[in-house]
Amino acid sequence: MSLRQIAFYGKGGIGKSTTSQNTLAALAEMGQKILIVGCDPKADSTRLILHAKAQDTVLSLAADAGSVEDLELEDVLRVGYRDIRCVESGGPEPGVGCAGRGVITAINFLEENGAYDGVDYVSYDVLGDVVCGGFAMPIRENKAQEIYIVMSGEMMAMYAANNISKGILKYANAGGVRLGGLICNERQTDKEWDLADALAKKLGTSLIHFVPRDNVVQHAELRRMTVLEYDPESKQAAEYRQLAQKIHANKGNGTIPTPISMEELEDLLLEFGIMQKEDDSIVGKAKAVA
Amino acid sequence: MPQSAEKVLDHAGLFKEPEYQEIFERKKGFEGGCGAAKVQEIADWTKTMEYREINFKREALVINPAKACQPLGAVLCASGFEGTLPYVHGSQGCVAYFRSHFNRHFKEPCSAVSDSMTEDAAVFGGLNNMVDGLANAHALYKPKMIAVSTTCMAEVIGDDLDGFIKIAKQKGSIPEDFRVPFAHTPSFVGSHVTGYDNMLKGFLTSFWDGKTRSETAAPAININGGFDGYCVANNRELKRMMKEMGVEATIISDPSEVFDTPTDGEFRMYAGGTTAEQMEAALNAKGTVFMQGISAAKSAEYVEKAGQKAVSLNCPVGVTGTDAFLMAVSELTGQPIPAALELERGRLVDAIADSQAHLHGKRFALFGDPDMLLGLTAFLLELGAEPVHILCTNATKEWTEKINALLAASPFGKEAKAWPGKDLWHLRSLLATEPVDFLIGSSHGKYLERDIGTPLIRIGFPIFDRHHHHRFPIWGYQGGLNVLVKILDKIFDTLDAKTSDSASFDLVR
Repeated sequence: MSLRQIAFYGKGGIGKSTTSQNTLAALAEMGQKILIVGCDPKADSTRLILHAKAQDTVLSLAADAGSVEDLELEDVLRVGYRDIRCVESGGPEPGVGCAGRGVITAINFLEENGAYDGVDYVSYDVLGDVVCGGFAMPIRENKAQEIYIVMSGEMMAMYAANNISKGILKYANAGGVRLGGLICNERQTDKEWDLADALAKKLGTSLIHFVPRDNVVQHAELRRMTVLEYDPESKQAAEYRQLAQKIHANKGNGTIPTPISMEELEDLLLEFGIMQKEDDSIVGKAKAVA
Repeated sequence: MPQSAEKVLDHAGLFKEPEYQEIFERKKGFEGGCGAAKVQEIADWTKTMEYREINFKREALVINPAKACQPLGAVLCASGFEGTLPYVHGSQGCVAYFRSHFNRHFKEPCSAVSDSMTEDAAVFGGLNNMVDGLANAHALYKPKMIAVSTTCMAEVIGDDLDGFIKIAKQKGSIPEDFRVPFAHTPSFVGSHVTGYDNMLKGFLTSFWDGKTRSETAAPAININGGFDGYCVANNRELKRMMKEMGVEATIISDPSEVFDTPTDGEFRMYAGGTTAEQMEAALNAKGTVFMQGISAAKSAEYVEKAGQKAVSLNCPVGVTGTDAFLMAVSELTGQPIPAALELERGRLVDAIADSQAHLHGKRFALFGDPDMLLGLTAFLLELGAEPVHILCTNATKEWTEKINALLAASPFGKEAKAWPGKDLWHLRSLLATEPVDFLIGSSHGKYLERDIGTPLIRIGFPIFDRHHHHRFPIWGYQGGLNVLVKILDKIFDTLDAKTSDSASFDLVR
């Protein structure tokens, strides 16, 4: 089968890296050969696979060696659970330099040095939001064909999902990138499934899986393991297996997203009774005055 | 003031007039400059072994690197295709530099455009610049192809050329079927030769991707010269030799016409170059010879993936180098090397033998691009001269391995040391502490010549301060002869200067 490239996007703290690593572990269980490319300066996209705090990143190793040209693939590639190959792009310290350029540099290095040879899946795990051109690198032509957005029923997570769809739309018209679907990571907010499903429909895609909240994830995380490895018989492991099956069955298909305006998004929340109708008379009034 | 309309003084003389000398003195006083004695003292100290050791410990500073940036190479590569306008996505100033660099080297106009990204483009991305830029460039300059590369600005913000070009086409800037080869050329990686390679691969990909190859029965091959300051003459020499051999050779990227247009009253924005038809047919050739393999590594890899043989040479200069080139062509095509070329070979061997006494044991320092250094070092070893310092700012691992192997294989290479990644300020220390007889390199070496006194033989890129050197080849047996004469001329000039006050100032050398 030909190489499939997928990417996980989503708001920071939504459980993107947890979801992706568990899902990829399930794909590996299905016999798929996988490469994870972490595209987040925090470099925490591979810890559950490698059982490590944080792996040495391409950019930190390049900084030590003098330049990225001095690196070899073996220096940056680690192999973890079920032979999943892991790379972290890394990036600058908070507040300096350009993290986006770091992602471009790291991905170019991996491609040029044959990191993609012999794998079935390349999965990019990208930080919070498509904030600049660099973080859109994984969705350029000839990179990821399917994007999965991890979100929840919280307003800001939905806002981020909509924003990421805008980023995908920019590239989808010119290239082959498509939105594979939304993955809702349960936060136990009100009417979460309905809301996620409604947003998916608005964005012209589908909610491919609703991952229920389960403490076993936390237990596994504390041991720097995926649920698939920590407790393969658990209900949660079966959920991730289901998600992996769905992604595998998707075969690179997807839609061009139809992002909505901020007003439409708020209307959606109103519709589900999550948000109250704006009362203009209270805006900007302090407690004492009101 | 000494300047007047009746007798205009050139600046070479003007600034030596007492009025200017006085201004310079006053300026020095104003700036609180130290006296000439102190300057001399420090200048002398920087030529000691003590300073050399400090100099080589330098980590965070580069002084006079012997390399240029990626899009310069991309522009040269793009200039070698018929009717092709080099277009750089990014800031204007960069492209002014590329144009003037080639103006100064080739003494010819150079046409290249930018889409002038400014602060708003840096914030919002350069898509609008691409959309407007392609439309304007297409309407104004009527090219057959536009070849897009990037400056650092566009690269830092992560602009996506492939996507931008497609969107520009959707918006009607240029026709859908208009060919736009492109290459990302971030200069924080590699050098001008990397940019050349990236652009070349962009052209190959544009023409060959998705096409099926069926190898021709004809003795047809492709040749690529790489980033070559002598492309004008070298490419003509290559074509002549191939004709002698009965080989149908397509030069992939051939700027020999556009950088050597005649003065006949007509401005040629585009002249000559590899045509689209040639590029399409080139896929079916028996193989591609890369004259400068290190500088075309990615392109060579692509050619092999396309199912073609790729032969990578390293700027073959001299007898052995040209032999290797011709034999490679012969092997690819089955065509024998004709007697006419064998005769030229014999003449070069004869010329070398005639001058042997003056070449043997002469010590050389060299700096320049990776492939050219390999070619020139091999030639020096062939002459019985001794390369001593070989400095390559834009070296790769492959270069370091190859140059060390080359030096180890010859008794004349025993004293030599390769210096990958070093700059011309390092070279200054080397020349001062371990003197050599001659320095080979580009015009940038003239300051080392003035400073250290090592006579400079100008071979490389850029040659700004001597005219028309690029009109004579350095490849082929004829090219070898040219290089030989350049070296000998400097040897004899130096010998004459050294003996001008003695009985050894001979008419015959």
